[in-house]
Amino acid sequence: MDVDEFGEKAGIKNMKQNIYSKRKRSNGIGLTLSIAAMGLGMLFLFWILGVLLVKGYSAIHLSMFLNSTPAPGTEGGGLANAIIGSLMLVGSCTLISTPIGIMAGIYLSEYGDRSKIASITRFVTDIMLSAPSIVIGLFVYALIVAKVNHFSGWAGTMALALIAVPVIVRTSENMLRLVPGSLREAAYALGAPKWKVSLMVVLRSAQSGVMTGILLALARVSGETAPLLFTALNNQFFSTNMNAPIANLPVVIFQFAMSPYDNWVNLAWGGALLITFTVLGLNILARVVFRERDQG
Amino acid sequence: MSNKTHLSVDAVSPQILRVAKIQRLQDAFFHRGAQLFALTVLISLLGIIISLLINALPALHQFGLGFFVREEWDVVNGEFGGLIAIYGTIVTSIIALLIAVPLSFGIAVFLTELCPAVLRRPLGTAVELLAAIPSIIYGMFGLFIFAPIFADYVEPLLAATFGKIPFLSILFKGAFNGLGILCAGLILAMMILPFIASVMRDVFNTVPPVLKESAYGIGCTTWEVVSNIVLPYTKTGVIGGIMLGLGRALGETMAVTFVIGNSHRLSASLFAPGSSIASTLANEFGEAEVGPHFSSLFALALTLFIITFVVLAIAKWMLMSLEKKQGLKT
Amino acid sequence: MNVIEVRNLNFFYGSYQGLKEINLDIEENKVTAFIGPSGCGKSTLLRSLNRMYDLYPGQKAVGEINFYGDNILAPGVDLNLLRSRIGMVFQKPTPFPMSIYENIAFGVRLYENLSRTEMDDRVEWALNKAALWSEVKDKLDQSGLSLSGGQQQRLCIARGVAVKPSVLLLDEPTSALDPISTAKVEELINELKNDYTIVMVTHNMQQAARVSDYTAFMYLGNLVEFGKTDEIFIKPKCKETEDYITGRFG
Repeated sequence: MDVDEFGEKAGIKNMKQNIYSKRKRSNGIGLTLSIAAMGLGMLFLFWILGVLLVKGYSAIHLSMFLNSTPAPGTEGGGLANAIIGSLMLVGSCTLISTPIGIMAGIYLSEYGDRSKIASITRFVTDIMLSAPSIVIGLFVYALIVAKVNHFSGWAGTMALALIAVPVIVRTSENMLRLVPGSLREAAYALGAPKWKVSLMVVLRSAQSGVMTGILLALARVSGETAPLLFTALNNQFFSTNMNAPIANLPVVIFQFAMSPYDNWVNLAWGGALLITFTVLGLNILARVVFRERDQG
Repeated sequence: MSNKTHLSVDAVSPQILRVAKIQRLQDAFFHRGAQLFALTVLISLLGIIISLLINALPALHQFGLGFFVREEWDVVNGEFGGLIAIYGTIVTSIIALLIAVPLSFGIAVFLTELCPAVLRRPLGTAVELLAAIPSIIYGMFGLFIFAPIFADYVEPLLAATFGKIPFLSILFKGAFNGLGILCAGLILAMMILPFIASVMRDVFNTVPPVLKESAYGIGCTTWEVVSNIVLPYTKTGVIGGIMLGLGRALGETMAVTFVIGNSHRLSASLFAPGSSIASTLANEFGEAEVGPHFSSLFALALTLFIITFVVLAIAKWMLMSLEKKQGLKT
Repeated sequence: MNVIEVRNLNFFYGSYQGLKEINLDIEENKVTAFIGPSGCGKSTLLRSLNRMYDLYPGQKAVGEINFYGDNILAPGVDLNLLRSRIGMVFQKPTPFPMSIYENIAFGVRLYENLSRTEMDDRVEWALNKAALWSEVKDKLDQSGLSLSGGQQQRLCIARGVAVKPSVLLLDEPTSALDPISTAKVEELINELKNDYTIVMVTHNMQQAARVSDYTAFMYLGNLVEFGKTDEIFIKPKCKETEDYITGRFG
């Protein structure tokens, strides 16, 4: 007896059709909600970017890049010291975290298949990837700032490095693992020592992937505020001294945004626009670099 | 051009032997060096925990374990307790999850099943870009754009609808300030939404096409394939992704600090201002003098770190078991 | 003269035995081919000769492999040094992510300190040996990956030859190549044997018959028969050898 006959016995006409239309309906509802969710997500993205552009645009002119942050209550001013400070912090962070991250990635990929230390390190690295950045800031404060009794750019760099290193380790290891074993064997077959195989053949082969990881770490670190709050702090004046508090965009934005001064709020939006487009730009650059590797 | 060199010590030139010996040393050096670098991550984790513990100990000593359920936060009189901040952290994160998870799920389903192939990459990238926007930007957006809208339209609406229901009315009491626990939860939701969506999408992509095709082959609708094939297969991965999002939400600082209102009073209403652990740290650490205030802040930081660590560890473990399953089945 | 003497070699992948009591000699300046159906152990035997298996934990060789009288399975043997004396070319062409010049110079630089002109000469010499020089002499600084499959494999052969090993191990060197490149490589092997001892694994019997002087037929980890190629192919002593050669299995 087929479905329709069964349905008629139970008093339901066209049971097959009914079951099917019910299924079609739930499918339709589910998929519509899905599309709506995607739409909502895109709405958020464009809304935020739009707001940034509208509000931040008015702050963007040459003076923003030439003048330093204004004192409370004074007119005008710019973000020059914050921009330079951020560049120095992010730059020094990259210089420190890149070799550490890549070497750690090499260890996990080339030496780490059987080692217990390697699996624990991998596990911990992944957790540190999402760890609260403010706690890292507090740690560096307790470790460095409290001991030497002053804030400094170097402390800020260290806090940023603690955030960047796990990112670089993770991507480096993954990219190195993608290098085919046959390439390694070919290098060993010539009598090359392991360190040359790792650096000159394997790392070289994975270089655009590793590059991507560095760019992504850079992007991540450029926008971080919390770790800098208690390490690099902020500096109202222009300074390139990393041994003292140094101005930086995120903390300036934090201070200015919640202030009562109009020009401060305006500058905060300008800074927000700068940071966002830098971060997004780096992300897109990373993707482009990565895609080129697939074609090269 | 003699090829008769071989391993016997007397036949291979001393120069080559020397090179070989140096290489062995270099290899040993490289191995230990790389290992050391790998250990820095472990060492920093240990360092963080130890440092937090040491600095939190005075507060824990003074207030005992009851610290975590005390409602006080009185800077002037030196009386502190973690309840307000912990409550704020947990409630905002839960609100964020309640909203972000279904939306992320919808986005992930869209990206894996519905999206036309041409759009898949750009839209996927757009979602990842949303995840890359720094938290302070979300904070500013929340403070200047979202909170006013929230205060003028959403809060009155909620009060007029859910606020009338007997058991729920307590959640929607109070002035329509915009800033508060609910607003912070919503901004957090916006922040973790793209993150969870990306993880879910990656997890959905691990389903072998052959499984889905066999379901489509017997006439299943897309929705049925997702609920009956994709979800059960990726169940642990999905939960892992959600917990990753939770871990992020718990530790979020800047977005929350801007909109949570920063008050040290406990209130049942979602409209009320509150504090989270991260926002408390961001606002007060700079001014705290060494003493009970300072130490209590470290106690809060330690709490946050441990909660996040546990959540992330569980998440990682769940995602790992999905990977293992995938390895077994391919 | 025997360059390599294998004595009572047993090989294990964990608990699975891949080679059982192998005994054979590799003669100098001759081409020795290992043939047999899939899984017979011919690649395993080849890779034991330069201890390539050492890269992978759980793989173990027991017995003796004497290279000019020294047992290379003994503890304390410098593997890097060994592999510079016994080179290997793989089935899949694996050019390094470097220029053509650098691909060749990389191996040479490991153990020799040559001046720029000396290195130029060596690179040219190696590429000539691999019959690749005329095709790449104007693009030495282009990436090795820009060459065609057959050219890449000849680059790998040039790379192996450049460091002047005593022995060249070839693991199915032409199975990934088109017929024309295959013919070129086979011609190469014929010339190279004047200066090198060559051991080759191939699943193509006709290739073994064309190219090699000695052939070893292996089956299920055992060395079934070993002898001059002409004898093996025309008058095999064992039934399994005959069955394989006439195509009854494998």
